[in-house]
Amino acid sequence: MSSEWPLWEVFIRGQHGLNHRHVGSLHAPDAELAIRHARDVYTRRNEGVSIWVVRSADISASSPSEKGPLFEPSNDKVYRHPTFYDIPDDVGHM
Amino acid sequence: MYAQMVKTDGKGIKPDAEMTPEERRFQARIDAGEKIEPKEWMPDAYRQTLIRQIGQHAHSEIVGQLPEGNWITRAPTLERKAILLAKVQDEAGHGLYLYCAAETLGVSRDELTEALLSGKMKYSSIFNYPTLTWADIGAVGWLVDGAAIMNQVPLQRTSYGPYSRAMIRICKEESFHQRQGYDIMMKMAQGTPEQKRMAQDALDRFWYPSLMMFGPSDKDSVHSAQSMAWKIKINTNDELRQKFVDQTVPQAEYLGLSIPDPDLSWNEDKGGYDFSQPDWSEFFAVLKGNGPCNRDRIEARQQAWDDGRWFRDGLSAHATKAQARRAASKVAAE
Repeated sequence: MSSEWPLWEVFIRGQHGLNHRHVGSLHAPDAELAIRHARDVYTRRNEGVSIWVVRSADISASSPSEKGPLFEPSNDKVYRHPTFYDIPDDVGHM
Repeated sequence: MYAQMVKTDGKGIKPDAEMTPEERRFQARIDAGEKIEPKEWMPDAYRQTLIRQIGQHAHSEIVGQLPEGNWITRAPTLERKAILLAKVQDEAGHGLYLYCAAETLGVSRDELTEALLSGKMKYSSIFNYPTLTWADIGAVGWLVDGAAIMNQVPLQRTSYGPYSRAMIRICKEESFHQRQGYDIMMKMAQGTPEQKRMAQDALDRFWYPSLMMFGPSDKDSVHSAQSMAWKIKINTNDELRQKFVDQTVPQAEYLGLSIPDPDLSWNEDKGGYDFSQPDWSEFFAVLKGNGPCNRDRIEARQQAWDDGRWFRDGLSAHATKAQARRAASKVAAE
């Protein structure tokens, strides 16, 4: 069996002014071909103006079990949202 | 439907009392409509069933290129040729989205390919039928892609995140496939008497194999019950088949073609058509490998895999060398 091409994650900027967004993954021998494959696989209908690819193995991800410690602390900080503050109607739009 | 008769490992839905706390939490998340993501805990049977289902779906997209690819060089006009080429390229893309979704479950691309080639994994029975005339390309787009859409639209809501996202992407592209098929059928049906006969002949041959795509009735199947509880199957095979018939009959009438079923009739009470079942013994024979084109299809995939080996290996070797060169020049520069 021949060795498999490595996996790459593909990020596409859909329009000027927007962020690159993760759209999926693909196999390719190197970065140059990963971009070409991404063009063929993920932008056949004008979906993009720019492509990023990164080796999947190079991505570090938070683990699902860390969800609590990572994200719960922001739950009780409601004062970070503008709706926490009552501004009288008389003041007008703020 | 591109995944037929996918078996789960279990013996029906596990009763709540027999579930481990982890399994209970998992089922509660699914019931609440949450998506399951690759690194999260999941029962092994859920993982294995999904690998089989997504893998079979991916193989169907890839093998499905063959009956249509057969007509690319013989399309009647340059425009039809460009359209068919684009459609077949889409099928390759759909296969790739799905293989990537399956790979997030811990199976490798090569393992999936080898399971297809060895016959260990199946693909949809429909692709074992030949495309004999240009009208067949119309019938495939109209009926086969139409049946696939029936199944894939609800699967956009499936519980496994990567599968759901692949389905959303596929559904966006699939409606072009069905419409281009119907467009071919309209042209043929409005053409010369001979062209109209070809269109009718294509419908005659593809009608029952299209009904088989949904698989045999599974209203009593323990596998389907478990898959539905896990939301990796959304409707029963019979529900989808009924929907497909109800949608397709008026489309055939518009074309002036007749559905090859003398017992087809509108049933006011159920608000749908009564129709004849396909010959299920033929379906099981095709699944076993005895359809008209099973051997050709696997031989074509095997040849593509073998003939492409030097190319895959060559590109890997180039990538390794280029990386070594870059590393060496970096050292030299420092």
